[in-house]
Order: sequence, then C-alpha cells, then structure tokens
Amino acid sequence: MKVVIQIPSALRALTGNLYKVEVEAESVGEALTALIDRYPSLSRYIFDEQQRLRSFVNIFVNDTDIKTLNGLDTRLKDSDRLLILPAISGGRAL
Amino acid sequence: MSFSTEEIRRYGRHLIMPEVGLEGQRRLKEAKVLVVGVGGLGSPVSLYLASAGVGEIGLLDFDEVDETNLQRQVIFTTPDVGRKKVEVARERLLRLNPHITVKTHDTQITSENALNIIRNYDIVVDATDNFPTRYLLNDATVLLKKPLVYGSIFRFDGQASVFYAGKGPCYRCLYPEPPPPGLVPSCAEGGVLGVLPGIVGSLQASEVLKLIIGIGEPLIGRLLLVDALSMSFKELRISRDRNCPVCGDKPTIKELIDYEQFCGVRTSGEALDATRNTVTPLELKKLIDSGEDIQLIDVREPVEWEICRIPGAKLLPLGQLTSRLHEIDQTKKVIVYCHSGQRSALAVKLLRDLGLTNTYNLAGGIDAYAEQVDSSIPRY
Ligand SMILES: [Zn+2]
Repeated sequence: MKVVIQIPSALRALTGNLYKVEVEAESVGEALTALIDRYPSLSRYIFDEQQRLRSFVNIFVNDTDIKTLNGLDTRLKDSDRLLILPAISGGRAL
Repeated sequence: MSFSTEEIRRYGRHLIMPEVGLEGQRRLKEAKVLVVGVGGLGSPVSLYLASAGVGEIGLLDFDEVDETNLQRQVIFTTPDVGRKKVEVARERLLRLNPHITVKTHDTQITSENALNIIRNYDIVVDATDNFPTRYLLNDATVLLKKPLVYGSIFRFDGQASVFYAGKGPCYRCLYPEPPPPGLVPSCAEGGVLGVLPGIVGSLQASEVLKLIIGIGEPLIGRLLLVDALSMSFKELRISRDRNCPVCGDKPTIKELIDYEQFCGVRTSGEALDATRNTVTPLELKKLIDSGEDIQLIDVREPVEWEICRIPGAKLLPLGQLTSRLHEIDQTKKVIVYCHSGQRSALAVKLLRDLGLTNTYNLAGGIDAYAEQVDSSIPRY
C-alpha cells in the first residue's frame, strides 16, 4: 500500500525539510520503519529501545489516534494519511 | 451584580447577541480566570479576556520583558524592556478596561503553591512555554476539577484544546510523558512565527469566553491543529485514557509531584552526562588562544549560522550529524556548540555513543560565548 506520512515541523530538520514522505507499507509499524530506514536519525524520536512508540509521540491514521485502533499493527489501505504528532512546547528552553 | 451605564455602552456588542446578552455578560463579570505565562500566548489571551469584561484576571509570570519578546508578545512595548511582565501587563489591562480586577502572581508556579493559587479561579489558561509547568497545571486542574484551556506553539504549528477532567481527556491522556530535555527543540531553539501565538491565543480566549457563558461546543475531547505555513486547521478526536495516571480509573497521582524531575530536567542520565562533558565559554577561549588544535562543530541550522558563528567553527546541523560523521576529524579534541547548549548536549551524547570519546559540549552555547567572551557576536 502506498501511504503518505506527514512530518511535523519539530522533526522536519531530520527529513531534509520534507513535509510529506510517501512509503510502501501494510501496517502503521511498517510505515514508520520504512520512514526510519530512509531517515535513520528519526528513530530515537519515534521508538524507544524496545521498539515501542515513545510516550511523547502520537500517530494518527486519517485523523484517528492509533491508540483507539490497533496501535502499530493497524492495517493500512492505499493512500491512507499518517500524521506524526509529537508534544510541542513553545518559548524558553527547558 | 449590575452594570453601570459606562459598562452597558462598553459591552453593547456582546449584550445585543442573544447567546450572550446581559446574563452572559454578568457571568463574564463574575468569572475568575488565571493566565499562566504572560508571553506569546498570554498576551492575546489576557487582552481579549480584559476587553470582553472577565471580572477577575490573574496573571502569573516571574519574568521580565526583554527585546526578544517583542517579536510576538503584543501586550508589551519597547519602553517596557527590563520591567516585570506581570506589572506591565496589569497596567495595560486596566487601561484597556478599568471595570475589571487584575491580580498579579510574580512567581514561578510550583507543586507547593499551585493548588492554593488555582483554587481561587474558575478556569486556568495554559500559556506556558515548558513541559514541567504544563504537566503541573494539568495535574493540578485535574485534582481540582477545573477546566484547563491549552495552547502550544512551535515554528508554524499550533495546538489548542480544552482539558476538563470528568468531561473529557487531560493532557496526560494525550501525552503520558514529556520528551527528554533537548530531544524535541523548543521555540528558543527552533523559533516561532510571530503571529502564530496570536492565532492560538485568540482560540484559547474564545474557548474561555464560551466556557464562562456556557454556549457552543468547547474543544473538550478535540485537539485543534493549526498549520500557519499551509494555513490549514485540522481537528483530531482525542479520548480519555482509562489507564491515565491522573484522570484514569485507578489514578496513581493523587497529589502534585516533582515536575522538574518528572520531565528529566534535573536528574536524567542524559542531563548528567551533559554536565560532565562540558567546557565553559572561558575555557573554550583559553583553548583557542593557546593555539591547541581543536575541532569546533556548530550543530545549529544554516539560518542560524548566517546570523553568527564562532570563528573557526564548522557547520554540521544536528540532523546530518550521523550521515556526515566522516567529516569530523576524530584525532582532535571535538567541541560542539548550538544556540543554548541543548542540541549540542544531544550531539555530544550521540558522538560519544559512536566512539568519539574526546567530545565536549560548550555550556550555554554560542549565546553564553557571546555574553561572556565575544561581544561582537550578535545574540538572538
Ligand atoms: Zn488523563
């Protein structure tokens, strides 16, 4: 399945400023792995050491949180839209 | 509660709308709203709440106005630089509307004072700029069962929602834990379009007014995303997490915790590593002056490099560090810097993990170097 992953501006520096990345994948987990294969520095922002989704990142498929679907195993259809949504915080540094 | 003829005239455009009317305006006048953070978001929020006639506005901030605020914090003007934010804002709001009360909290909100401060207000506006305060406000408003009107901004992206325990999810349901410090850039590191807090803050202000008057559909259970670059708005459904540690079925957080520790600001392994392997700006100057053959790596973005740089440095943006590793001379002592020392701390950890053990972080970044060593370098 060809799906489009939308990259948030917080992570765009790691995708050469690309706003949308198209990948081939059957599930959400596969799509994220395909994205990381292309941009390895994204890895630590998306998965922890146990390959679980990090707790400050949410993934939406066609505007639905994958937590309410099948998580990383959620199946994908052709032209599904994935959105990566990390926590953001403005202003001064921590 | 009654209105004077001046107030009737002032609020006329509200009073003639059936959704507001005298009853709605009376509710606004009786309401007490706390705005935490008088900055990019807090400016439009407090200005609109004051002009709308919210009877009591609390302003919480411990900071002073500085020049870099003026690009987006529209409540301040150039002569205000150096003055206490809450004082300047209070004067401005009372000039805008003398019929309201403005309380100032010139303090940092902490686990010790949060419940006592928030208890006196009906609604809390999250106009903060950091994760520890964000989680503190979330937990405190869940414990006190008050609505939290949330807004957050970064570069061209904004988020807004209303977190209201008992009626919808809280911030922890959405993000159980914050990113480790420095992993996701802050606005100070990544920048923000000056008008974006104006957009998001106005959204927050209108949610506050709706909650007070009791009209329309509040953003409870919905996360509104603003993308100013494509100028598109997107609405995502978010739901309460039954396992949420603070608002779930079996909460484990029943009182406020240490949020600096929770957010890893003080005690995370990464932060400890970062303090161990640092050089100060003065130490770096000594190294340069002594002629020692060091390699100075700048991990900021090219646009920041255009603004200023430390002479002799090589630009290698953080995102390209691993793919351009071969460009670093591993035989020399490597000193990495960024704007304020956070991205470079991450870079030092990355390089040390890859075996470059002679790598150090410039504490405080080029900003501290400009302040302490070389005043010809512009600060931003
Ligand atoms: Zn919750």
